[in-house]
Amino acid sequence: MKEIVVISGKGGTGKTSVTASFAVLGGKNIVTADCDVDAADMHLLLDPDFEKAEDFYSGQIAVIDQDKCTNCGKCAEICRYNAIPFENDQYIVKHLDCEGCGYCARICPENAIENIDNNVGQWVESNIKTGTKMVHAKMKVGAENSGKLVAKVKREAKRIAEEENKQFILVDGSPGVGCPVVSSLSGANYVILVTEPTVSGLHDLKRVYELVEKFKIKAGCIINKADLNKDKADDILKFLKENNIDHIANLPYDEMFTAAMTAGKTIVEFGDSEIKGILEKSWNKILKI
Amino acid sequence: MKIAIASGKGGTGKTTLSTNLASFLAEKFKVVLSDLDVEEPNSGLFIQSDLIHWEDKYKMIPEWVQSKCDLCGICREVCNFNAITQILDEIMVFPELCHGCYACSELCPMDALPMKKKKMGELRHYVKGNLSFIESKLDIGEEQAVPLIAQTLDYIDKHFSEDIIKIYDSPPGTSCPVIEATKNADFIILVTEPTPFGLHDLKLAVETVRALKNDFAIVINRFGIGDNNVEKYCKSENIPIIAKIPNQRKIAELYSEGKLLYSEIPEVKRELEKILKFLNSVNIGSFQNLTELKGEGTL
Repeated sequence: MKEIVVISGKGGTGKTSVTASFAVLGGKNIVTADCDVDAADMHLLLDPDFEKAEDFYSGQIAVIDQDKCTNCGKCAEICRYNAIPFENDQYIVKHLDCEGCGYCARICPENAIENIDNNVGQWVESNIKTGTKMVHAKMKVGAENSGKLVAKVKREAKRIAEEENKQFILVDGSPGVGCPVVSSLSGANYVILVTEPTVSGLHDLKRVYELVEKFKIKAGCIINKADLNKDKADDILKFLKENNIDHIANLPYDEMFTAAMTAGKTIVEFGDSEIKGILEKSWNKILKI
Repeated sequence: MKIAIASGKGGTGKTTLSTNLASFLAEKFKVVLSDLDVEEPNSGLFIQSDLIHWEDKYKMIPEWVQSKCDLCGICREVCNFNAITQILDEIMVFPELCHGCYACSELCPMDALPMKKKKMGELRHYVKGNLSFIESKLDIGEEQAVPLIAQTLDYIDKHFSEDIIKIYDSPPGTSCPVIEATKNADFIILVTEPTPFGLHDLKLAVETVRALKNDFAIVINRFGIGDNNVEKYCKSENIPIIAKIPNQRKIAELYSEGKLLYSEIPEVKRELEKILKFLNSVNIGSFQNLTELKGEGTL
Protein backbone atom coordinates (compact mmCIF):
# COMPACT_ATOMS: atom_id res chain seq x y z
CA MET A 1 0.00 0.00 0.00
CA LYS A 2 1.27 3.43 -0.99
CA GLU A 3 0.30 6.77 0.39
CA ILE A 4 0.27 9.68 -2.05
CA VAL A 5 -0.20 13.18 -0.65
CA VAL A 6 -1.12 16.20 -2.75
CA ILE A 7 -0.12 19.61 -1.42
CA SER A 8 0.57 23.05 -2.84
CA GLY A 9 1.84 25.58 -0.31
CA LYS A 10 -0.33 28.24 -1.90
CA GLY A 11 -4.09 27.81 -1.86
CA GLY A 12 -6.23 27.84 -4.98
CA THR A 13 -3.71 26.28 -7.36
CA GLY A 14 -6.07 23.44 -8.27
CA LYS A 15 -4.93 20.90 -5.70
CA THR A 16 -8.39 19.54 -4.88
CA SER A 17 -9.56 19.46 -8.51
CA VAL A 18 -6.46 17.49 -9.46
CA THR A 19 -6.71 15.13 -6.47
CA ALA A 20 -10.38 14.39 -7.11
CA SER A 21 -9.56 13.69 -10.77
CA PHE A 22 -6.94 11.14 -9.70
CA ALA A 23 -9.46 9.61 -7.28
CA VAL A 24 -11.81 9.06 -10.22
CA LEU A 25 -9.04 7.77 -12.51
CA GLY A 26 -7.73 5.43 -9.83
CA GLY A 27 -11.22 4.06 -9.22
CA LYS A 28 -11.53 1.11 -6.89
CA ASN A 29 -7.82 0.85 -6.15
CA ILE A 30 -7.92 3.88 -3.93
CA VAL A 31 -9.07 5.09 -0.57
CA THR A 32 -9.29 8.87 -0.67
CA ALA A 33 -8.69 11.12 2.33
CA ASP A 34 -9.49 14.83 2.45
CA CYS A 35 -7.00 16.21 4.95
CA ASP A 36 -7.76 19.85 4.20
CA VAL A 37 -10.13 19.63 7.16
CA ASP A 38 -10.08 23.38 7.65
CA ALA A 39 -11.87 24.05 4.38
CA ALA A 40 -12.72 20.63 2.99
CA ASP A 41 -14.05 20.75 -0.55
CA MET A 42 -13.30 17.43 -2.20
CA HIS A 43 -16.64 15.93 -1.18
CA LEU A 44 -18.31 18.42 -3.53
CA LEU A 45 -16.83 16.50 -6.47
CA LEU A 46 -17.04 12.88 -5.27
CA ASP A 47 -20.66 12.40 -4.11
CA PRO A 48 -20.02 10.98 -0.64
CA ASP A 49 -22.94 9.38 1.24
CA PHE A 50 -21.74 10.38 4.76
CA GLU A 51 -22.34 6.78 5.86
CA LYS A 52 -20.69 7.08 9.24
CA ALA A 53 -19.81 10.24 11.19
CA GLU A 54 -18.13 10.43 14.56
CA ASP A 55 -17.29 13.29 16.86
CA PHE A 56 -13.61 13.94 17.30
CA TYR A 57 -12.14 15.31 20.49
CA SER A 58 -8.74 16.90 20.74
CA GLY A 59 -7.31 18.74 23.68
CA GLN A 60 -9.33 20.45 26.35
CA ILE A 61 -10.84 23.79 27.23
CA ALA A 62 -11.31 25.38 30.62
CA VAL A 63 -14.75 26.03 32.11
CA ILE A 64 -15.28 28.14 35.25
CA ASP A 65 -17.93 27.13 37.76
CA GLN A 66 -19.29 30.56 38.68
CA ASP A 67 -20.83 29.25 41.93
CA LYS A 68 -17.40 28.30 43.25
CA CYS A 69 -15.46 31.23 41.78
CA THR A 70 -14.50 34.00 44.22
CA ASN A 71 -13.12 36.34 41.54
CA CYS A 72 -9.59 36.15 42.96
CA GLY A 73 -8.24 36.56 39.42
CA LYS A 74 -5.31 34.16 39.73
CA CYS A 75 -6.41 32.30 36.60
CA ALA A 76 -6.45 35.46 34.49
CA GLU A 77 -3.05 36.43 35.87
CA ILE A 78 -1.29 33.24 34.76
CA CYS A 79 -3.12 32.76 31.43
CA ARG A 80 -0.63 33.45 28.61
CA TYR A 81 -3.37 33.54 25.99
CA ASN A 82 -5.43 36.33 27.61
CA ALA A 83 -8.32 33.90 27.42
CA ILE A 84 -9.86 34.78 30.80
CA PRO A 85 -11.17 38.37 30.75
CA PHE A 86 -13.21 39.92 33.58
CA GLU A 87 -16.60 40.76 32.11
CA ASN A 88 -19.85 41.71 33.85
CA ASP A 89 -18.38 41.12 37.32
CA GLN A 90 -17.08 37.65 36.58
CA TYR A 91 -14.15 35.85 34.99
CA ILE A 92 -15.10 33.97 31.85
CA VAL A 93 -13.10 31.73 29.53
CA LYS A 94 -13.10 32.82 25.90
CA HIS A 95 -13.21 29.49 24.14
CA LEU A 96 -11.70 30.75 20.93
CA ASP A 97 -8.61 31.90 22.83
CA CYS A 98 -8.23 29.03 25.33
CA GLU A 99 -5.48 26.61 24.29
CA GLY A 100 -6.42 24.03 26.88
CA CYS A 101 -3.12 24.07 28.77
CA GLY A 102 -4.97 23.41 32.03
CA TYR A 103 -2.70 25.74 34.03
CA CYS A 104 -5.62 27.81 35.38
CA ALA A 105 -7.45 24.73 36.66
CA ARG A 106 -4.32 23.60 38.50
CA ILE A 107 -3.72 26.84 40.36
CA CYS A 108 -7.34 27.83 41.10
CA PRO A 109 -7.51 27.92 44.93
CA GLU A 110 -11.26 27.20 44.89
CA ASN A 111 -11.08 24.31 42.43
CA ALA A 112 -13.61 26.21 40.38
CA ILE A 113 -12.12 25.44 36.99
CA GLU A 114 -12.63 22.21 35.13
CA ASN A 115 -11.03 21.09 31.88
CA ILE A 116 -13.47 19.49 29.51
CA ASP A 117 -12.64 17.55 26.38
CA ASN A 118 -12.85 19.75 23.34
CA ASN A 119 -15.00 18.63 20.45
CA VAL A 120 -13.09 19.93 17.41
CA GLY A 121 -15.32 18.48 14.75
CA GLN A 122 -16.35 15.27 13.09
CA TRP A 123 -14.66 12.75 10.89
CA VAL A 124 -16.73 10.99 8.26
CA GLU A 125 -16.48 7.72 6.37
CA SER A 126 -18.29 7.77 3.04
CA ASN A 127 -18.91 5.66 -0.02
CA ILE A 128 -18.17 7.75 -3.10
CA LYS A 129 -19.16 7.55 -6.73
CA THR A 130 -16.09 5.57 -7.76
CA GLY A 131 -17.38 2.59 -5.77
CA THR A 132 -14.79 2.97 -3.05
CA LYS A 133 -14.39 4.90 0.18
CA MET A 134 -13.39 8.33 1.25
CA VAL A 135 -12.56 9.66 4.70
CA HIS A 136 -13.15 13.33 5.32
CA ALA A 137 -13.87 15.68 8.18
CA LYS A 138 -15.54 18.85 9.21
CA MET A 139 -13.71 20.91 11.72
CA LYS A 140 -15.54 23.24 14.03
CA VAL A 141 -15.04 26.90 13.35
CA GLY A 142 -12.06 28.32 15.20
CA ALA A 143 -10.98 24.95 16.54
CA GLU A 144 -7.34 24.32 17.38
CA ASN A 145 -5.40 23.95 14.16
CA SER A 146 -6.18 20.66 12.66
CA GLY A 147 -3.07 18.47 12.97
CA LYS A 148 -4.73 15.85 15.15
CA LEU A 149 -7.90 15.63 13.10
CA VAL A 150 -5.76 15.32 9.98
CA ALA A 151 -3.87 12.44 11.60
CA LYS A 152 -7.18 10.79 12.51
CA VAL A 153 -8.51 11.08 8.94
CA LYS A 154 -5.32 9.51 7.64
CA ARG A 155 -5.38 6.72 10.22
CA GLU A 156 -8.95 5.80 9.30
CA ALA A 157 -8.13 5.86 5.58
CA LYS A 158 -5.20 3.56 6.25
CA ARG A 159 -7.39 1.18 8.26
CA ILE A 160 -9.91 0.95 5.41
CA ALA A 161 -7.16 0.48 2.83
CA GLU A 162 -5.76 -2.41 4.87
CA GLU A 163 -9.15 -4.01 5.50
CA GLU A 164 -10.18 -3.76 1.87
CA ASN A 165 -6.79 -4.48 0.39
CA LYS A 166 -6.47 -1.26 -1.56
CA GLN A 167 -3.29 -0.27 -3.35
CA PHE A 168 -3.34 3.44 -2.67
CA ILE A 169 -4.30 6.09 -0.19
CA LEU A 170 -4.74 9.39 -1.95
CA VAL A 171 -4.57 12.40 0.37
CA ASP A 172 -5.68 15.95 -0.37
CA GLY A 173 -3.55 18.10 1.93
CA SER A 174 -4.04 21.65 3.15
CA PRO A 175 -2.33 24.90 2.16
CA GLY A 176 0.51 26.40 4.20
CA VAL A 177 3.48 24.84 5.99
CA GLY A 178 2.10 24.52 9.55
CA CYS A 179 0.69 21.69 11.68
CA PRO A 180 -1.99 20.38 9.30
CA VAL A 181 0.52 20.07 6.47
CA VAL A 182 3.12 18.44 8.69
CA SER A 183 0.45 15.99 9.77
CA SER A 184 -0.60 15.30 6.15
CA LEU A 185 2.98 14.56 5.12
CA SER A 186 3.90 12.21 7.91
CA GLY A 187 4.02 8.64 6.60
CA ALA A 188 3.63 9.58 2.93
CA ASN A 189 5.41 7.61 0.21
CA TYR A 190 5.11 10.22 -2.51
CA VAL A 191 4.18 13.89 -2.61
CA ILE A 192 2.51 15.61 -5.55
CA LEU A 193 3.07 19.37 -5.54
CA VAL A 194 0.46 21.31 -7.48
CA THR A 195 1.64 24.78 -8.35
CA GLU A 196 1.02 27.64 -10.77
CA PRO A 197 3.46 29.87 -12.68
CA THR A 198 2.94 33.00 -10.61
CA VAL A 199 5.25 34.84 -8.22
CA SER A 200 3.28 33.44 -5.28
CA GLY A 201 3.01 29.93 -6.72
CA LEU A 202 6.78 29.63 -7.00
CA HIS A 203 7.48 31.33 -3.67
CA ASP A 204 5.12 28.99 -1.80
CA LEU A 205 6.32 25.92 -3.69
CA LYS A 206 9.88 26.59 -2.53
CA ARG A 207 8.79 26.99 1.08
CA VAL A 208 6.62 23.89 1.17
CA TYR A 209 9.33 21.87 -0.57
CA GLU A 210 11.74 22.78 2.24
CA LEU A 211 9.28 21.01 4.51
CA VAL A 212 8.94 18.00 2.17
CA GLU A 213 12.73 17.69 2.17
CA LYS A 214 12.78 17.47 5.95
CA PHE A 215 10.57 14.40 5.63
CA LYS A 216 12.83 12.99 2.88
CA ILE A 217 9.82 12.10 0.72
CA LYS A 218 10.18 11.77 -3.05
CA ALA A 219 8.15 14.44 -4.84
CA GLY A 220 6.67 15.22 -8.24
CA CYS A 221 5.12 18.41 -9.52
CA ILE A 222 2.16 19.40 -11.67
CA ILE A 223 2.22 22.93 -13.02
CA ASN A 224 -1.36 24.12 -13.41
CA LYS A 225 -2.19 27.06 -15.74
CA ALA A 226 1.32 26.50 -17.15
CA ASP A 227 0.76 28.75 -20.18
CA LEU A 228 -0.27 31.74 -18.05
CA ASN A 229 3.31 32.95 -17.65
CA LYS A 230 6.03 31.18 -19.59
CA ASP A 231 8.94 32.77 -17.74
CA LYS A 232 7.57 31.77 -14.35
CA ALA A 233 6.82 28.25 -15.66
CA ASP A 234 10.47 28.03 -16.74
CA ASP A 235 11.58 29.20 -13.31
CA ILE A 236 9.53 26.40 -11.77
CA LEU A 237 10.99 23.80 -14.16
CA LYS A 238 14.46 25.00 -13.21
CA PHE A 239 13.64 24.66 -9.53
CA LEU A 240 12.30 21.12 -10.11
CA LYS A 241 15.44 20.11 -11.94
CA GLU A 242 17.78 21.54 -9.32
CA ASN A 243 15.96 19.67 -6.61
CA ASN A 244 15.46 16.42 -8.46
CA ILE A 245 11.67 16.70 -8.33
CA ASP A 246 9.77 14.75 -11.01
CA HIS A 247 7.98 16.99 -13.47
CA ILE A 248 4.72 15.11 -13.88
CA ALA A 249 2.83 17.41 -16.22
CA ASN A 250 1.86 20.90 -17.35
CA LEU A 251 -1.84 21.69 -17.41
CA PRO A 252 -3.08 24.58 -19.56
CA TYR A 253 -4.98 27.59 -18.20
CA ASP A 254 -8.54 26.44 -18.81
CA GLU A 255 -11.80 27.62 -17.27
CA MET A 256 -13.23 24.18 -17.96
CA PHE A 257 -11.95 23.21 -14.48
CA THR A 258 -14.45 25.68 -13.03
CA ALA A 259 -17.23 24.60 -15.41
CA ALA A 260 -16.75 20.96 -14.33
CA MET A 261 -16.69 21.99 -10.66
CA THR A 262 -19.88 23.98 -11.11
CA ALA A 263 -21.48 20.81 -12.48
CA GLY A 264 -20.23 18.88 -9.42
CA LYS A 265 -17.84 16.84 -11.53
CA THR A 266 -14.13 16.33 -11.86
CA ILE A 267 -12.66 17.44 -15.14
CA VAL A 268 -11.98 13.86 -16.21
CA GLU A 269 -15.73 13.19 -16.13
CA PHE A 270 -16.60 16.34 -18.02
CA GLY A 271 -16.33 15.33 -21.66
CA ASP A 272 -13.13 14.81 -23.60
CA SER A 273 -10.60 17.54 -23.11
CA GLU A 274 -6.89 18.13 -23.45
CA ILE A 275 -6.66 18.26 -19.66
CA LYS A 276 -8.38 14.90 -19.28
CA GLY A 277 -5.76 13.31 -21.53
CA ILE A 278 -2.90 14.93 -19.62
CA LEU A 279 -4.30 13.84 -16.25
CA GLU A 280 -4.72 10.26 -17.47
CA LYS A 281 -1.09 10.19 -18.56
CA SER A 282 -0.04 11.79 -15.27
CA TRP A 283 -1.89 9.19 -13.23
CA ASN A 284 -0.23 6.38 -15.19
CA LYS A 285 3.13 8.01 -14.53
CA ILE A 286 2.40 8.22 -10.81
CA LEU A 287 1.34 4.55 -10.72
CA LYS A 288 4.78 3.58 -11.99
CA ILE A 289 6.70 5.60 -9.43
CA MET B 1 -9.24 51.42 11.63
CA LYS B 2 -8.36 47.76 11.23
CA ILE B 3 -9.62 45.87 8.20
CA ALA B 4 -8.90 42.14 7.92
CA ILE B 5 -9.10 40.51 4.51
CA ALA B 6 -9.92 36.83 4.90
CA SER B 7 -11.46 33.83 3.14
CA GLY B 8 -12.18 30.23 3.95
CA LYS B 9 -10.71 28.87 0.75
CA GLY B 10 -7.12 29.55 -0.22
CA GLY B 11 -6.32 31.23 -3.50
CA THR B 12 -9.49 33.30 -3.78
CA GLY B 13 -7.67 36.62 -3.98
CA LYS B 14 -6.96 37.77 -0.42
CA THR B 15 -3.47 38.92 -1.31
CA THR B 16 -4.63 40.49 -4.57
CA LEU B 17 -7.27 42.52 -2.76
CA SER B 18 -5.03 43.39 0.21
CA THR B 19 -2.12 44.68 -1.86
CA ASN B 20 -4.27 46.55 -4.36
CA LEU B 21 -6.55 48.08 -1.74
CA ALA B 22 -3.63 49.10 0.47
CA SER B 23 -1.69 50.69 -2.41
CA PHE B 24 -4.83 52.40 -3.72
CA LEU B 25 -5.71 53.82 -0.31
CA ALA B 26 -2.08 54.88 0.23
CA GLU B 27 -2.47 57.34 -2.65
CA LYS B 28 -4.57 59.45 -0.26
CA PHE B 29 -4.11 58.08 3.26
CA LYS B 30 -1.51 56.67 5.57
CA VAL B 31 -1.84 52.90 5.38
CA VAL B 32 -0.25 49.91 7.08
CA LEU B 33 -0.47 46.65 5.19
CA SER B 34 0.44 43.52 7.11
CA ASP B 35 0.79 40.00 5.77
CA LEU B 36 -0.46 37.74 8.56
CA ASP B 37 -0.41 34.60 6.41
CA VAL B 38 2.88 33.85 8.12
CA GLU B 39 3.05 30.29 6.74
CA GLU B 40 3.02 31.45 3.13
CA PRO B 41 3.26 35.26 3.02
CA ASN B 42 2.91 36.63 -0.51
CA SER B 43 1.93 40.28 -0.21
CA GLY B 44 5.59 41.30 -0.33
CA LEU B 45 5.85 39.94 -3.86
CA PHE B 46 3.48 42.69 -5.01
CA ILE B 47 4.76 45.61 -2.95
CA GLN B 48 8.07 47.19 -3.91
CA SER B 49 9.27 49.11 -0.90
CA ASP B 50 12.32 49.83 1.23
CA LEU B 51 13.24 47.67 4.17
CA ILE B 52 13.70 49.92 7.21
CA HIS B 53 13.72 47.41 10.05
CA TRP B 54 13.80 43.70 10.69
CA GLU B 55 13.84 41.54 13.78
CA ASP B 56 13.82 37.89 14.72
CA LYS B 57 10.71 36.71 16.52
CA TYR B 58 10.84 34.30 19.40
CA LYS B 59 8.52 32.09 21.32
CA MET B 60 9.20 31.08 24.90
CA ILE B 61 9.86 27.45 25.70
CA PRO B 62 11.19 25.81 28.87
CA GLU B 63 14.81 24.72 29.06
CA TRP B 64 15.80 21.99 31.48
CA VAL B 65 18.49 22.76 34.05
CA GLN B 66 19.75 19.36 35.10
CA SER B 67 21.67 20.60 38.15
CA LYS B 68 18.49 21.95 39.75
CA CYS B 69 16.12 19.09 38.88
CA ASP B 70 15.17 16.40 41.38
CA LEU B 71 13.06 14.48 38.85
CA CYS B 72 9.84 14.95 40.83
CA GLY B 73 7.81 14.62 37.63
CA ILE B 74 5.47 17.59 38.15
CA CYS B 75 6.46 19.16 34.82
CA ARG B 76 5.45 16.07 32.89
CA GLU B 77 2.23 15.81 34.79
CA VAL B 78 1.17 19.42 34.23
CA CYS B 79 1.97 19.53 30.52
CA ASN B 80 -1.27 19.02 28.60
CA PHE B 81 0.54 18.87 25.29
CA ASN B 82 2.90 15.97 26.00
CA ALA B 83 5.77 18.30 25.27
CA ILE B 84 7.82 17.07 28.24
CA THR B 85 8.97 13.55 28.79
CA GLN B 86 11.44 11.78 31.01
CA ILE B 87 13.86 9.21 29.70
CA LEU B 88 15.85 7.54 32.46
CA ASP B 89 17.13 10.46 34.55
CA GLU B 90 16.80 13.05 31.83
CA ILE B 91 13.95 15.49 31.11
CA MET B 92 13.32 16.22 27.45
CA VAL B 93 11.34 19.16 26.04
CA PHE B 94 9.80 18.94 22.56
CA PRO B 95 9.68 22.58 21.41
CA GLU B 96 7.35 21.89 18.47
CA LEU B 97 4.69 20.55 20.84
CA CYS B 98 5.08 23.31 23.44
CA HIS B 99 2.35 25.96 23.54
CA GLY B 100 4.29 28.26 25.87
CA CYS B 101 1.77 28.15 28.71
CA TYR B 102 4.52 28.41 31.38
CA ALA B 103 2.80 25.82 33.61
CA CYS B 104 5.82 23.51 33.86
CA SER B 105 8.21 26.39 34.37
CA GLU B 106 6.22 28.18 37.06
CA LEU B 107 4.98 25.06 38.86
CA CYS B 108 8.42 23.45 39.05
CA PRO B 109 9.33 23.48 42.75
CA MET B 110 13.05 23.49 41.94
CA ASP B 111 13.01 26.28 39.34
CA ALA B 112 14.62 23.80 36.96
CA LEU B 113 12.69 24.78 33.82
CA PRO B 114 13.29 28.48 33.15
CA MET B 115 11.67 29.81 29.98
CA LYS B 116 14.09 30.59 27.17
CA LYS B 117 13.68 32.27 23.81
CA LYS B 118 13.46 30.12 20.69
CA LYS B 119 13.40 31.70 17.25
CA MET B 120 10.22 30.96 15.31
CA GLY B 121 10.34 33.47 12.49
CA GLU B 122 11.18 36.96 11.28
CA LEU B 123 9.39 40.27 10.98
CA ARG B 124 10.26 42.85 8.35
CA HIS B 125 9.12 46.44 8.17
CA TYR B 126 9.13 48.21 4.79
CA VAL B 127 8.08 51.70 3.74
CA LYS B 128 7.07 53.27 0.45
CA GLY B 129 5.57 56.73 0.65
CA ASN B 130 2.35 56.57 2.66
CA LEU B 131 2.43 52.81 2.80
CA SER B 132 4.09 50.83 5.55
CA PHE B 133 4.32 47.11 4.96
CA ILE B 134 4.88 44.61 7.77
CA GLU B 135 5.62 41.02 6.85
CA SER B 136 6.25 38.09 9.15
CA LYS B 137 7.46 34.71 8.02
CA LEU B 138 7.37 31.51 10.04
CA ASP B 139 10.55 29.43 10.00
CA ILE B 140 10.08 26.14 8.14
CA GLY B 141 9.55 23.37 10.65
CA GLU B 142 7.75 25.67 13.10
CA GLU B 143 4.19 24.44 13.22
CA GLN B 144 2.33 27.10 15.18
CA ALA B 145 1.46 30.28 13.35
CA VAL B 146 -0.59 31.88 16.13
CA PRO B 147 2.22 33.22 18.36
CA LEU B 148 3.93 34.89 15.39
CA ILE B 149 0.66 36.45 14.22
CA ALA B 150 0.03 37.76 17.74
CA GLN B 151 3.51 39.30 17.95
CA THR B 152 3.14 40.89 14.53
CA LEU B 153 -0.11 42.53 15.61
CA ASP B 154 1.60 43.74 18.80
CA TYR B 155 4.36 45.30 16.69
CA ILE B 156 1.78 47.14 14.59
CA ASP B 157 -0.15 48.37 17.63
CA LYS B 158 3.08 49.65 19.15
CA HIS B 159 4.37 51.45 16.08
CA PHE B 160 1.25 52.92 14.48
CA SER B 161 -1.46 55.12 15.93
CA GLU B 162 -5.14 54.16 16.08
CA ASP B 163 -6.28 56.41 13.26
CA ILE B 164 -4.04 54.92 10.57
CA ILE B 165 -5.78 52.50 8.21
CA LYS B 166 -4.51 48.97 8.82
CA ILE B 167 -5.08 46.17 6.36
CA TYR B 168 -4.42 42.60 7.44
CA ASP B 169 -3.89 39.98 4.74
CA SER B 170 -5.08 36.95 6.74
CA PRO B 171 -4.31 33.23 6.49
CA PRO B 172 -6.80 30.92 4.76
CA GLY B 173 -9.07 28.51 6.61
CA THR B 174 -11.28 28.76 9.66
CA SER B 175 -9.02 27.55 12.46
CA CYS B 176 -6.83 29.30 15.03
CA PRO B 177 -4.48 31.28 12.73
CA VAL B 178 -7.34 33.08 10.99
CA ILE B 179 -9.08 33.71 14.32
CA GLU B 180 -5.91 35.30 15.67
CA ALA B 181 -5.52 37.47 12.58
CA THR B 182 -9.10 38.72 12.46
CA LYS B 183 -10.46 38.77 16.00
CA ASN B 184 -9.44 42.34 16.81
CA ALA B 185 -10.29 43.80 13.41
CA ASP B 186 -12.95 46.49 13.20
CA PHE B 187 -14.17 45.11 9.94
CA ILE B 188 -13.62 41.93 7.92
CA ILE B 189 -13.79 41.65 4.16
CA LEU B 190 -14.31 38.07 3.01
CA VAL B 191 -13.02 37.36 -0.48
CA THR B 192 -14.65 34.53 -2.36
CA GLU B 193 -15.10 33.24 -5.88
CA PRO B 194 -18.43 32.30 -7.48
CA THR B 195 -17.80 28.55 -7.60
CA PRO B 196 -19.05 25.61 -5.50
CA PHE B 197 -15.71 25.49 -3.62
CA GLY B 198 -15.83 29.24 -3.11
CA LEU B 199 -19.38 29.14 -1.77
CA HIS B 200 -18.79 26.15 0.48
CA ASP B 201 -15.77 27.74 2.11
CA LEU B 202 -17.44 31.17 2.23
CA LYS B 203 -20.18 29.66 4.40
CA LEU B 204 -17.52 28.37 6.79
CA ALA B 205 -15.84 31.78 6.82
CA VAL B 206 -19.15 33.49 7.55
CA GLU B 207 -19.73 31.07 10.41
CA THR B 208 -16.27 31.99 11.71
CA VAL B 209 -16.69 35.76 11.59
CA ARG B 210 -20.16 35.47 13.13
CA ALA B 211 -18.65 33.48 15.99
CA LEU B 212 -16.20 36.35 16.43
CA LYS B 213 -19.12 38.78 16.30
CA ASN B 214 -17.22 40.92 13.83
CA ASP B 215 -18.83 43.03 11.13
CA PHE B 216 -18.15 41.94 7.62
CA ALA B 217 -18.91 42.20 3.94
CA ILE B 218 -18.09 40.19 0.82
CA VAL B 219 -15.96 40.84 -2.23
CA ILE B 220 -16.43 38.42 -5.13
CA ASN B 221 -13.28 37.77 -7.11
CA ARG B 222 -13.18 36.20 -10.60
CA PHE B 223 -16.71 37.46 -11.04
CA GLY B 224 -18.31 35.98 -14.16
CA ILE B 225 -16.85 32.50 -13.80
CA GLY B 226 -18.88 29.68 -12.25
CA ASP B 227 -22.47 30.40 -11.21
CA ASN B 228 -24.55 32.91 -9.23
CA ASN B 229 -25.04 30.89 -6.06
CA VAL B 230 -22.68 33.07 -4.00
CA GLU B 231 -24.85 36.10 -4.78
CA LYS B 232 -28.04 34.19 -3.92
CA TYR B 233 -26.50 33.08 -0.64
CA CYS B 234 -25.39 36.61 0.31
CA LYS B 235 -28.85 37.92 -0.49
CA SER B 236 -30.59 35.30 1.63
CA GLU B 237 -28.21 36.00 4.52
CA ASN B 238 -28.37 39.80 4.14
CA ILE B 239 -24.61 40.06 3.68
CA PRO B 240 -23.51 43.05 1.61
CA ILE B 241 -21.44 42.36 -1.52
CA ILE B 242 -19.31 45.48 -1.78
CA ALA B 243 -17.28 44.77 -4.91
CA LYS B 244 -16.94 42.33 -7.79
CA ILE B 245 -13.52 41.90 -9.37
CA PRO B 246 -14.01 40.56 -12.88
CA ASN B 247 -12.64 37.26 -14.15
CA GLN B 248 -10.06 38.16 -16.81
CA ARG B 249 -7.05 36.32 -18.07
CA LYS B 250 -5.20 39.65 -18.17
CA ILE B 251 -5.67 39.93 -14.40
CA ALA B 252 -4.26 36.43 -13.87
CA GLU B 253 -1.29 37.36 -16.05
CA LEU B 254 -0.54 40.59 -14.16
CA TYR B 255 -0.85 38.68 -10.89
CA SER B 256 1.53 36.00 -12.14
CA GLU B 257 4.20 38.66 -12.65
CA GLY B 258 3.70 40.20 -9.22
CA LYS B 259 2.08 43.37 -10.56
CA LEU B 260 -0.69 45.43 -9.03
CA LEU B 261 -3.90 45.51 -11.03
CA TYR B 262 -5.73 48.76 -10.43
CA SER B 263 -3.39 51.05 -12.34
CA GLU B 264 -3.75 48.90 -15.47
CA ILE B 265 -7.29 47.53 -15.24
CA PRO B 266 -9.90 50.32 -14.90
CA GLU B 267 -12.60 47.86 -13.72
CA VAL B 268 -10.45 46.91 -10.75
CA LYS B 269 -9.88 50.55 -9.81
CA ARG B 270 -13.63 51.13 -10.02
CA GLU B 271 -14.26 48.25 -7.61
CA LEU B 272 -11.64 49.59 -5.17
CA GLU B 273 -13.40 52.94 -5.26
CA LYS B 274 -16.62 51.14 -4.34
CA ILE B 275 -14.90 49.52 -1.36
CA LEU B 276 -13.56 52.90 -0.21
CA LYS B 277 -17.04 54.38 -0.53
CA PHE B 278 -18.48 51.51 1.47
CA LEU B 279 -15.86 51.83 4.22
CA ASN B 280 -16.64 55.53 4.41
CA SER B 281 -20.34 54.81 4.75
CA VAL B 282 -19.97 52.47 7.69
CA ASN B 283 -18.70 54.25 10.74
CA ILE B 284 -15.92 51.79 11.58
CA GLY B 285 -15.99 51.09 15.26
CA SER B 286 -19.76 51.32 15.75
CA PHE B 287 -21.45 49.91 12.62
CA GLN B 288 -24.98 50.29 13.94
CA ASN B 289 -26.72 49.26 10.74
CA LEU B 290 -24.57 46.22 10.05
CA THR B 291 -24.79 44.91 13.59
CA GLU B 292 -28.51 44.41 13.13
CA LEU B 293 -27.95 42.28 10.07
CA LYS B 294 -25.73 39.80 11.86
CA GLY B 295 -26.79 36.37 12.98
CA GLU B 296 -25.87 34.87 16.31
CA GLY B 297 -22.53 33.22 16.96
CA THR B 298 -22.73 29.49 16.44
CA LEU B 299 -20.04 27.95 18.58
